[in-house]
Amino acid sequence: MMRFSTLIKHPADWMTGESGDVDTIVLTSRIRLARNLRGEPFPGWATKERRVEILERLKPEVEGLSQMKDGFSQELDGLSSLQKQVLVERHLISREQAACGEGSAAVVNRKQTLSLMINEEDHLRMQAIRPGLALTEAYEIVSEADQELEESVEFAFDHDLGYISACPTNLGTGMRASSMLHLPGLVLSDQIGQVLQAVGKLQLAVRGFFGEGTESLGNLFQISNQSTLGESEETILRRLERVIGQVAGHERNARGKLLEDDPEMVFDRVGRAYGTLRHAHIIPSKEALNHLSLLRLGVELGFFSVETLRICDALLMEIQPAHLQLHAGTKLTPEQRDAIRAEIIRTRLQSLDAPVMNGHTADEKRADPPEDLTEL
Amino acid sequence: MDCDFCGSKATVFLTQLVEGEMKKLCLCEKCATEKGVTDPTGFSLADEVLGGSKVAAPGQLVAATPVEQGPECPNCGFTFAKFQQVGRLGCSICYDTFRDDIVRRLKGMHKGMTHAGRVPEGLMAAYEREQRLGRLTERLSEAIASENYEEAAGLRDEINEIESAEVVES
Repeated sequence: MMRFSTLIKHPADWMTGESGDVDTIVLTSRIRLARNLRGEPFPGWATKERRVEILERLKPEVEGLSQMKDGFSQELDGLSSLQKQVLVERHLISREQAACGEGSAAVVNRKQTLSLMINEEDHLRMQAIRPGLALTEAYEIVSEADQELEESVEFAFDHDLGYISACPTNLGTGMRASSMLHLPGLVLSDQIGQVLQAVGKLQLAVRGFFGEGTESLGNLFQISNQSTLGESEETILRRLERVIGQVAGHERNARGKLLEDDPEMVFDRVGRAYGTLRHAHIIPSKEALNHLSLLRLGVELGFFSVETLRICDALLMEIQPAHLQLHAGTKLTPEQRDAIRAEIIRTRLQSLDAPVMNGHTADEKRADPPEDLTEL
Repeated sequence: MDCDFCGSKATVFLTQLVEGEMKKLCLCEKCATEKGVTDPTGFSLADEVLGGSKVAAPGQLVAATPVEQGPECPNCGFTFAKFQQVGRLGCSICYDTFRDDIVRRLKGMHKGMTHAGRVPEGLMAAYEREQRLGRLTERLSEAIASENYEEAAGLRDEINEIESAEVVES
């Protein structure tokens, strides 16, 4: 089995944008299935002894999945709170599971595309993550695990209510599908509220990816299905993919229009973000995320090389609090975190050339003033 | 119409279903943004205006005043009152024990009321059949109790049909 240190040292392709196929608007697609054992008390209601029994019954089955060969398997009470937090920041376990102690475990495949949580809110939560808009692909990964488990485990299922879940909001398919979208164009052009409202009307949920409630840091948004009962998995996925495709289209248009209507503003924002990230020595998380978002936008608009996208995406993960503490090897005060965050960003962006806008770099522009000025 | 919060001209209108009752709110642009009406996860608003705690967020459960007494799930001892507090059930059998109460709460939470997705194969097909038979048998005894013999005969035929299909398959 894979060790925690190995898991941490080798982040998944979807975390670092190293999948080759680059979609700058849809970062990742994720599918989560909820499954429970028939007749057993749900984790939230079971006694600790019962939970441990259920864990002992499920863990070998999950570890034995063909997709879990050479994977990572860990009971939650064997992890420090920092280690748990790192797994949360990597989206391999949920915040809820990080709060669990004895009787809960996480099993992750070697490529970290599939992770199964035992005894979170449900007896089993299985999730698959892929880069870009790839909900169907993610569903296939998780569905394979689901079907393999079904051969040996009897999941609670009801003719009318479908797969039974601890919370009625997950009944039916037990499936939550979501994509993370980077929408700086819609935010900068003030159209984001309108677009999100339209999405909300389709019984889809939108929330800021980092931060609480409406707050969206780094212009990252997550769109997911709310309803899990009354429709097939395919119908839900098709609708989500269609809507996400439309939102991505709006984002593309918004970027194009911004560049046409107000290029100076766009150059200024991206240029400032570049300057700050390259030279700041103290940078709070919020500021870093928002500037990294603009740097990403700069890549999409052709101001930076495509390679930069990878750096940005890796940084999104590396600059989160638990990752910073893991990097520093010690507990950090918020002030120390801001300093280390700035240091990591400066190091990663060391060799990043200044943005090339309108075919000129910012430096060239300065060195070579417009012709009408030289004529004066 | 005026904004329910500040009295300026209202441009945003929110309709929410609260325990089957329609509640309407009028807001101006500014208050709508402040109160997070555009955010599907922000639901404090109706709470605030309507003054009750009985407002359910779409996709969330109604937090009604807990009923002190009530039947327990024979399998796990969970009560419906507890469900109203925590929004989760105790075990899969709770869904049979409290079926009507739960089903009533599913409206508005999901697109439909009947599962239309994947059905587990093998082991589960038998369970599903067993469950359908259980429900038909229950209806049969109800029909007999109410002396509705015509319906009872139909139900018995249906049960026989399912049972014989099982024999043929095995």
